[in-house]
Amino acid sequence: MKGGLLRFLRHRPAVVGLVLLWAVLLGAALAGTIYPGNPFSIVGKPFQPPFGEHLLGTDSLGRDLAAGLLYGARTTLLVGVVATVIACVLGVALGGLAGYFGGRLDNLLMRLTELFQTIPFFLFAILLVAVLGPSLRNVIFAIAVVSWPPMARLVRGEFMAMRNREFVQACVSLGMGHTRIILVHILPNTLSSIIVTGSLMVATAILIESGLSFLGLSDANTMSWGFIIGSGRTVLRTAWWICAAPGLAILLTVMAINLVGDGLNDALNPRLRSL
Amino acid sequence: MVWRRSLAYTLRRLAQAVPTVLVIVALNFLLLQLAPGDAADVLAGEAGSATPEFMAQLRKTFGLDQPLGVQLLLYVKQVISLDLGYSFRHGMPVVELIGSRLGPTLLLMVTVLLTAVIVGTLLGAFAARHLNRWQDNLISMLTVLAYATPVFWAGLMLIVVFSIKLGWFPTSGMQQVAAFHEGGAKLRDIAHHLVLPALTLTMFYMALYTRLMRASVLEQFSMDYVVTARAKGLTERQIARRHVMRNAVLPVLTMAGVQVGALLGGAVVVETVFAWPGLGLLAYESLFARDLNLLLGIFFICTCLVVVVNIAVDVAYSLLDPRIELR
Repeated sequence: MKGGLLRFLRHRPAVVGLVLLWAVLLGAALAGTIYPGNPFSIVGKPFQPPFGEHLLGTDSLGRDLAAGLLYGARTTLLVGVVATVIACVLGVALGGLAGYFGGRLDNLLMRLTELFQTIPFFLFAILLVAVLGPSLRNVIFAIAVVSWPPMARLVRGEFMAMRNREFVQACVSLGMGHTRIILVHILPNTLSSIIVTGSLMVATAILIESGLSFLGLSDANTMSWGFIIGSGRTVLRTAWWICAAPGLAILLTVMAINLVGDGLNDALNPRLRSL
Repeated sequence: MVWRRSLAYTLRRLAQAVPTVLVIVALNFLLLQLAPGDAADVLAGEAGSATPEFMAQLRKTFGLDQPLGVQLLLYVKQVISLDLGYSFRHGMPVVELIGSRLGPTLLLMVTVLLTAVIVGTLLGAFAARHLNRWQDNLISMLTVLAYATPVFWAGLMLIVVFSIKLGWFPTSGMQQVAAFHEGGAKLRDIAHHLVLPALTLTMFYMALYTRLMRASVLEQFSMDYVVTARAKGLTERQIARRHVMRNAVLPVLTMAGVQVGALLGGAVVVETVFAWPGLGLLAYESLFARDLNLLLGIFFICTCLVVVVNIAVDVAYSLLDPRIELR
């Protein structure tokens, strides 16, 4: 593990990503302290440019953009992480079962995975939120539903490779049950790949969330970056900075997560480093 | 001989796609059930403009007084015969509406896919040939940035720079409505409108293919056949051109085929940003009009499109690479 940490820290972009990610986390954590009160409340004249009375200016209704940005970080991270955790659990369960048991079950589950990979996933997410209604819970659900297939494929491959290794055969000959073999012996060995893929999935989840809220499919009571951009769109000609700031926030957050994911990959899967 | 074999292969793949399409129809049916109100409410578009007679007729056509299984069968029958219902908001059958919007989306997608694959492949190969030098590092940095940029935001910022500040390109639409261009002028006008939306969507995919091509070239250069080629005295340039690049480009093509579905999703936001009159914009409009049935229709047609394109890519792939067995 120590070697892994060193390898991670030697990977300079990953350290940059980590610092950026900490900044976003800090912003999200301090949102309530710096800007107590509702980020939807009106604080002054609309269309104030940045670096004046308010750090990032105000939007078309006179809401403080900096406050919106910090509260938006909360929503973004919350949705990204929770949706990814659900998608990971789903993907690991389905992929693990398919890879471990093989045969008909594998066939069926892989057909299902292929089907979900064929569907235009963003359109499906839009449809799900449109049908179920735009609440935070439904947005998370929709993102999780469209995100699990890559994880299922990865875990299936890993489980298939492990299934015939000696240590698993030893477990079988000891009379161990399937549940125990899967949970105690195979799963921990695949954990590093799951962590790497999972961390990259958070970035994708954030991009989907921002796309949905940009189209107006977000919870009306939670501030989010996509929502600010979507509502600032109509005044792009006169106040382009309203759209610019939250977009930069998304870009930096997603980039930070991708860089950290790449660093984790180098640190946890040293065999793959040459690629 | 080859053609006959690929024809048989194509037909077999089409037959295999039938269950997929049926599952999608069933999925649509499920979503209809989940939506508030009964299916007739949704099918009428929640526009409130449907007459009670029409609603009663809808309820009868879809057998809403029958058990759920029968309803599903009736729905499947309806969709298979390409009757996707009627959009009151647009005053047009859904199928016709989708048909009229298909062209612009296909134009956008083909442009994006071709540009992204060609430029991405070239950039990736270039980066791999300059491994760890400044060219490689610069390209890597740009791909990391492009990969993290939300597509809709990239579009808005391009509008700010190239339309609002510089005035080089139009902000929205596909043609100048009032100009009534004909022939070549019309094509030029459309191309002029196409630049920004295509660029927006291309950046993300180009970054992806650049990364993939770079890794693929590096992998191919470590293969044994490269050693053989060197041993028989070929120059590095010859090895790269004749042997490595041809093999390295295959994973990129596979990926491009897989991503048609994702590209359609990206088209929704890009078309919304640029008011490009395709299926994506239609989906956005139907979202606002609460025309759920239209949205379901778009989803169904788009999925069918992906299935067909995937088959086409597989067939083309088998022609490109004779090692692949047609199973």
